[in-house]
Amino acid sequence: MKHFKTALMSGVAVAAFATAAMADGHGCKVTDGRVSIIGNEFPAIQTVGAGAQACAGDNVTVESNLTADHQKINLAGMQGNPAEYTTAIIANSSIVALMNNDVIRPLDDLIAKHGGDLQKTQIITINGKAMAVAFMANAQHLVYRADLLKEAGLEVPTSYEDMLSAAKMLREKGLSENPVGGAYKAGWNLAQEFNNMFLGYGGQHFKDGSAEPMVNSEAGVKALEMMKSLSEYMNPDFLTHDSNVTNGEFRAGNVALMNMWGSRAATMTDADGVPQEVIDGFAIAGPMTVGGGSVPATTLWWDGWTVAKNISDADAEATFLAMMNGINPDRILSDDETAKQAVWLLEGYEPTPSAEGVFAAAQSGAIPYPMLPYMGLMHTALGAELTDFMQGKESAEQALGDVEAAYRAAAKENGFLQ
Amino acid sequence: MSSISQRRPLGLQIFLAAFIVIWLICAAFPFLWTLWGSFKVELDFFSVNDWTDALTGDRTKATHGSAFTAAGYKGAWIQEEFWRNVINTFVVCLFVVTTSLTIGTLGGYALSRSGYKYVFWLLIIALMFRALPQITLVSGYLPVFFDWNIWGFLPTAIIVLVAINQPFTLWMLHSFFESIPKDLDESAKVDGCTQFQAFRHVIIPVMWPGVITTGLFSFLLAYNDFVVTALVLQESNRTMIPAIAAFLGTTQTEGNVMFAVAAVVSATAPLFVMVLFFQRQIVSGLTAGAVKG
Amino acid sequence: MKHRTFFWFFLPTGLAMLVFIAFPIVSVLMQSVFLPHEAVLIETENCGPFGCKVETAIDQEATNKLREAAPLGRFAGLEIYKDRGHLAFSEVGEAWRTTDSLGAFFSELGDLPFYRAMAFTLTYTFVCTPLLIALGFAVAVGVNSLNQRLKGLVIFFSLLPMIVTPLVGSLILFWMIDSRGVLGNFISYLANDPSLSLKASTPLMWISLIIYGIWSSAPFAFVVFYAGLQTVPQDTLESAQIDGATRWQRIRYVVIPHLMPLVTFVALIQLMDNFRVFEPIVGFNAEAHATSLSWIIFNDLSGETQQLSAAATTSVLTILGVAVLLSPVLVRTWRDFKGGH
Repeated sequence: MKHFKTALMSGVAVAAFATAAMADGHGCKVTDGRVSIIGNEFPAIQTVGAGAQACAGDNVTVESNLTADHQKINLAGMQGNPAEYTTAIIANSSIVALMNNDVIRPLDDLIAKHGGDLQKTQIITINGKAMAVAFMANAQHLVYRADLLKEAGLEVPTSYEDMLSAAKMLREKGLSENPVGGAYKAGWNLAQEFNNMFLGYGGQHFKDGSAEPMVNSEAGVKALEMMKSLSEYMNPDFLTHDSNVTNGEFRAGNVALMNMWGSRAATMTDADGVPQEVIDGFAIAGPMTVGGGSVPATTLWWDGWTVAKNISDADAEATFLAMMNGINPDRILSDDETAKQAVWLLEGYEPTPSAEGVFAAAQSGAIPYPMLPYMGLMHTALGAELTDFMQGKESAEQALGDVEAAYRAAAKENGFLQ
Repeated sequence: MSSISQRRPLGLQIFLAAFIVIWLICAAFPFLWTLWGSFKVELDFFSVNDWTDALTGDRTKATHGSAFTAAGYKGAWIQEEFWRNVINTFVVCLFVVTTSLTIGTLGGYALSRSGYKYVFWLLIIALMFRALPQITLVSGYLPVFFDWNIWGFLPTAIIVLVAINQPFTLWMLHSFFESIPKDLDESAKVDGCTQFQAFRHVIIPVMWPGVITTGLFSFLLAYNDFVVTALVLQESNRTMIPAIAAFLGTTQTEGNVMFAVAAVVSATAPLFVMVLFFQRQIVSGLTAGAVKG
Repeated sequence: MKHRTFFWFFLPTGLAMLVFIAFPIVSVLMQSVFLPHEAVLIETENCGPFGCKVETAIDQEATNKLREAAPLGRFAGLEIYKDRGHLAFSEVGEAWRTTDSLGAFFSELGDLPFYRAMAFTLTYTFVCTPLLIALGFAVAVGVNSLNQRLKGLVIFFSLLPMIVTPLVGSLILFWMIDSRGVLGNFISYLANDPSLSLKASTPLMWISLIIYGIWSSAPFAFVVFYAGLQTVPQDTLESAQIDGATRWQRIRYVVIPHLMPLVTFVALIQLMDNFRVFEPIVGFNAEAHATSLSWIIFNDLSGETQQLSAAATTSVLTILGVAVLLSPVLVRTWRDFKGGH
């Protein structure tokens, strides 16, 4: 991957400085127009960006700005007229901000004209209009140490209840002091773990068709109690552990069971210096259920691209074509390095072993992360208000009451509630 | 001061020396630890298992065959081309420091030499300007910058950093100019100089201690800025700190912490050279140029 | 100085501040009294890789009509200032009525984001500021007594806490104070408690943040005081010595009064910076234990949905907070100013 990234970086530089040299290569159908990409910066997106860059030519400019802060910039960059960015790479959580502000255009005409290669499942339709093209999927699922479980004579847990009893056993047998890992850092991570658990218990964040919150419910309380029980088996600093730190714990061999992002599975044991027993024992499985529910306690995610509204039709067409080249299945899937960068939603993609967890999540009927205009406000409120409960300073009902109160204030400010 | 310091009793000398040594350990230890750790692999640097791993480098030995590795440096400088970001940072720093000192010196001097009430209120307003959190300011700029098509260029970041830093520069230079006796330029004016000539010929030669100190802080501000450079610059021309932040990774994707650590350490090296180079200006320059009350 | 001359001298810096700070402040003020329009919601069927689902979306046509009718949004007056995310008037009133002891009242108050943030921010500000000024002064006096050759090196190392970017500096310290890190181990050895974890306990986290605050800002005070020490009038010192003043008396009655304007300056800047504490909280992942107004603004702006009005309101409250905090120092500056002219 390192080599790949080097090649990519120099590719970007070449494309930016000497656009003519790369013209009309790679079966790109763009003849003229302006393409400008904003998105996150992880390797899979870098690959897509590089594919779009290959379309640069005499009359085609392709620029890309891939940065972790993309969400703070993309809205402002698409609101002007003409928009600075002609396309934003987003996920199902972040498309909402662009939809709310009406800065992306329907893609139906372009798909009809140029989208023949797309699979139907890649097209994201909202109210009957195609608004985005998805290219990769993600989900959190179980990552575990097969060797430790075997040593303790345990089955691979399929539910959080199993996970708890396995953790108890691992601790009692002295195999691991804090066997459970969890990205429970206050804020976005903690809220995400709550969402997983809450949906697993059959909870629903909002009343149907309205922005009224419903998290202070039986499912909410149960979800919090399960999280609290799990945290007993975690490193006592769990409220400061994001997924990077949790991964570090797993790599160091301290953690035996954790719910982790599928996008990280492929490189889990690639890092320098991971002990051999961790490399050998590393295994993944599908997401777990909770409370006897049939829907696993996780959420499904997709990443995809959109096209800005405030640009000329010619630029929109150029953007669409360049991005189609960016997600060209032949180019991505023929290279082993790029093929394993993500769980690609592309025609002809064969899941690699590290993609099994995400596939299992999709097949077992997990719920996609809600694409609701006010879900972001709820997520923020959850991240800020649940910490008191996790520290034992409040009851679950109180904490969820606080969440609803904080959410209500924010939703009123943003016009979702009266 | 040397005449007095020679007469310090031994006990006091030892106490002062011990105090300075303890302070230096506190100030430099985290950095030295980082310097040492930057030659290890991530698992040793963070030594999640046992803190002594960071000293012995067990995992580094297991991977690279020796307890030290330059993999982090190689990754950051060669693979990720960190030098581009370093160049951007130094361009930004150079222009921020010169611009903000030029306009800040003029303004600070004027504030210290004018006795009208509005001076006080200008200072207070400037101070209140500084109270607005940077993130609010920057998120307010974004729509306008995109509209005017000036987003994503180094000059934009430079102007923003200069402006944001003006209140601080003004206050600091104002305090320093206050300590330069007013008789100096007053007598020059009596001799027929205009205000600007008095400033040019009388004040500029003696103002360097304050200006260098202020310049040092302007430099550090531009050098360490994250909020402005992360949101106003783009991937292709970003400065060091956003680049280092990018090495750290995000929730759903892996970063490379050791690249960040190596980058931080190597970015400090030019500063070390600079401080040694400007040592005369910072240390003896201060004393020599100092104004005798 | 004549008004005219003053104007030209001040113009460049004044203009820069006007354009890049004053105008944004006006727009922040506007944002804090206007709310976005009510969103007209419609039910939609959304489809994607994982199947179809009935969800809601904003009806853009209907909402755009509202936007065109009043481009600034809904005028809300001080509504946002009073809601739960900010000053929370009704919640505070409720807590006052329903609690029977002051302790219970304050614990209710600590449940509201604004007051929770203020509790930490004020503690941090009032503990850090005096301590870092004292430390900076002591280091400056100490360094000043060194011989010339050592000074440059010592100054460089003293500046390191400021030079190493807070983003990484706090990350490194965050790891050092981990219960398995080098400092964390050292501390639990000192406390003779192997299970001690700084990051799991709120008071210990506060102490860590405060120590980090002092450590990272003391170099600032040090450099300013060090430069100031160079301008201490030698003849006054010497005549004081001839008059029989002890070393301590010379510092107390000659050096400190000479440095007083600089102390005021450092205090002003540091009170303000500490009141806006932000980077250590993020670097130490301390959100669960400590928040500040700046952190709330950051949190409002970095969610999937940016809460612009909420962030603007908290920003205005921050400015007001700084104004109140600095008022004693400012009154003093005003007296000095009148006395000086």
